[in-house]
Amino acid sequence: MVPPNKRIDITLETVLESVDLAESIVMRVSGAAGFDEDDCHKIGMSIREGVINAYNYGNQKDRAKKIFFSVEFEPEKMVVHILDQGKGFELSQVPDPLAEENLLRTSGRGIFLMRAFMDEFDVKHGPEGGAYVIMAKRLPGFTGDNGASPESRRKES
Amino acid sequence: MSLQATCRENAGVAVVDFSGRITLGEGSALLRDTIRQLTGRGHKKILLNLADVDYIDSAGIGELVSGYTTVRNASGELKLLNLTKRVSDLLQITRLYTVFDVQNEESLAVRSFR
Repeated sequence: MVPPNKRIDITLETVLESVDLAESIVMRVSGAAGFDEDDCHKIGMSIREGVINAYNYGNQKDRAKKIFFSVEFEPEKMVVHILDQGKGFELSQVPDPLAEENLLRTSGRGIFLMRAFMDEFDVKHGPEGGAYVIMAKRLPGFTGDNGASPESRRKES
Repeated sequence: MSLQATCRENAGVAVVDFSGRITLGEGSALLRDTIRQLTGRGHKKILLNLADVDYIDSAGIGELVSGYTTVRNASGELKLLNLTKRVSDLLQITRLYTVFDVQNEESLAVRSFR
């Protein structure tokens, strides 16, 4: 298990390879944190989608720009931050890919997948205006019930 | 694992056996090129066998949708065969199961083309 309150910060180049790199790093870290294979897959895919957005839409494949990526452990969850150097966007303006009229669109599903696969998801404006994606997954064994894990609840009763 | 594609024909249907990951970059490009080549050669019945594809990202999904539209615009049909659980789950949550004709057995899939 990864000890709590640990943080990894990585600066990624705006290149296609960064997508695979970020995914493989987070898969390894989430596996070490005790997530099962299915959750590791969901976390990995979410980070992949976040970095694809930063690469494609945020930094628009501009190699002079960077993607800032970090993974941090809080007592109850793993939190991932992805910040690009683009113009940012409003989450409320993203079209719903499940709407009938959008089903045949060839893009626009990344945000939806991150939301579906992670327990928490938000997009803010970064300090210099880029998109700042924050997503989190509860650590294995944490139920979200007043912050108590099944183990700690057993001890209390 | 990069994507590989093998094309063959079964009773007039172009069957493409894919193996690997359909993701942004080479994987999604190979999928696009394969479908374009088949439609360019006049194939109107295309069956994508995804039995050995266990990972598709949003770019891969977008390319599948694009391929579906390309074939349909050429008055053809594109169907999917043998989805792995992960790919099947992905099509369920994105509601694309309502768009694609998904088949589980090649012989039945081949016969289902008009």
